[in-house]
Amino acid sequence: MAKKVLTTPISAADLEDIKVGDVIYLTGLLTTCRDVAHRRVIEEGRPLPVDVKDGAILHAGPIIRPLGDDKFQMVTVGPTTSMRMEKFEEQFIKETGVRLVIGKGGMGEGTMRGCRDNKALHCVFPAGCAVVAASCVEEIVSANWRDLGMPETLWTCKVKEFGPLIVSIDTHGNNLFEQNKIVFNERKDKVYADICQHVKFIK
Amino acid sequence: MTQAEAVSRMTDTMAKFVAFTGKRLPDDVRAKIKELAAQEEAPLAKAIYATMDKNQELAWKLNRPSCQDTGAVQFFLKCGTHFPYIDELPELLRNAVIQATKDAPLRHNAVETFDEYNTGKNVGLGIPSLFWEMVPGRDDCEIYTYMAGGGCSLPGRAKVLMPGEGYEGVTKFVLDCMTSYGLNACPPLLVGVGIGTSVEVAALHSKEALLRPIGSHNPNPKAAEMERLLEDGINKIGLGPQGLCGKNSVMGVNIINSARHPSVIGVGVSVGCWSHRRGHIVFDRDLNYTIDSHSEVDF
Ligand code: SF4
Repeated sequence: MAKKVLTTPISAADLEDIKVGDVIYLTGLLTTCRDVAHRRVIEEGRPLPVDVKDGAILHAGPIIRPLGDDKFQMVTVGPTTSMRMEKFEEQFIKETGVRLVIGKGGMGEGTMRGCRDNKALHCVFPAGCAVVAASCVEEIVSANWRDLGMPETLWTCKVKEFGPLIVSIDTHGNNLFEQNKIVFNERKDKVYADICQHVKFIK
Repeated sequence: MTQAEAVSRMTDTMAKFVAFTGKRLPDDVRAKIKELAAQEEAPLAKAIYATMDKNQELAWKLNRPSCQDTGAVQFFLKCGTHFPYIDELPELLRNAVIQATKDAPLRHNAVETFDEYNTGKNVGLGIPSLFWEMVPGRDDCEIYTYMAGGGCSLPGRAKVLMPGEGYEGVTKFVLDCMTSYGLNACPPLLVGVGIGTSVEVAALHSKEALLRPIGSHNPNPKAAEMERLLEDGINKIGLGPQGLCGKNSVMGVNIINSARHPSVIGVGVSVGCWSHRRGHIVFDRDLNYTIDSHSEVDF
């Protein structure tokens, strides 16, 4: 199977055929964006200082090494739990026009609607693989809202085949984690009944 | 070697060992992940395992921590009462963590509670955690190191059940944990189950169970059988790597138990993520050391 690579700027048509469970990669610009940045855009109505329209954001707090002369190196960058941004994400997608939201674990109803109505994806990058992620970063091209400190600064990175990214919410209203949960719970009930037959140690 | 020299030598060894465990997983974990990865056929699960493998290789090559969350450092000691440096250990281990934080570098993960600030050194009130077991008559010191990450600490829980709920209740408690918080704790997981009387006993047993090597068994045949039942059962749920579906869910289930009060069954669950950063080092009285969790060591 050919490697599916999306390159920024991404159009709605690029995402049309992508479904939950697909594995994709990203080339182009990716901006780290997490808790406080979302809050500023949605609650305080401040415009995001980086244009992410048709672009991609990453829920992450990286470890950055300053190289002097306003240059920086990415040491490790791992995704952080996306669910924390759930409260803001639907609105965020609508206002910024972002096409790819990358993080860890699933997201909820709101993000699903945001992705469906505005044609965007939520993807997960495998957690615990922070060195792989950092090595996909070719260059940090800008740093905005630095007053937020290292983890929360908007680091805009030039990335090459950043991934694997597993599509967890597609543009058609599907949510992989929610689908899986139903399956897992059904299987669990059966497993529970089976094990109970063998652990009647108290007689 | 003077006392001061000895203390500085042991501090240095422990700092290097802690930093090392942040980038290299123990032998049993590496072998198990390889085994589980080989069983996957779905492209998604395979892609995730391949990334995990590449990550560990890069971490080793570039000498960086393999996961960005290097956890809160915990030490489990089995210390001989005649070990010559027993009095120095708390201070020494604390200094070792400070040094490892700079050298590795480790992420700053110690936040003072109530005052709510990050100490920036990975030490604080009660951090690193020290769990002592005194061994009368011995003069060596065994130390387990563990990096307790946020994601894998989150599912931890303990509860005291009524005997009427029986081991069926224990089973339910463990399974429910797997399909809720376990999903986000970066499977395949190592699951520690503790059984005893009260919550703290059960919780501590469950954590000690995570220190036991993967593939080891509880000495009680019934407990060992329950380990196997839970392992097979949780695997059948098919959480897969990262909770995104796959053939398996866990690297293993380890149970540690003690006798209980007749009116209660205390049960605890602790979870280790795929990045299960456990180390085991033993110092003799002259500070010669052996490391048996990792066969290849580069310091
Ligand atoms: S659960 Fe483990 S592997 Fe996952 S992010 Fe946390 S420390 Fe890393």
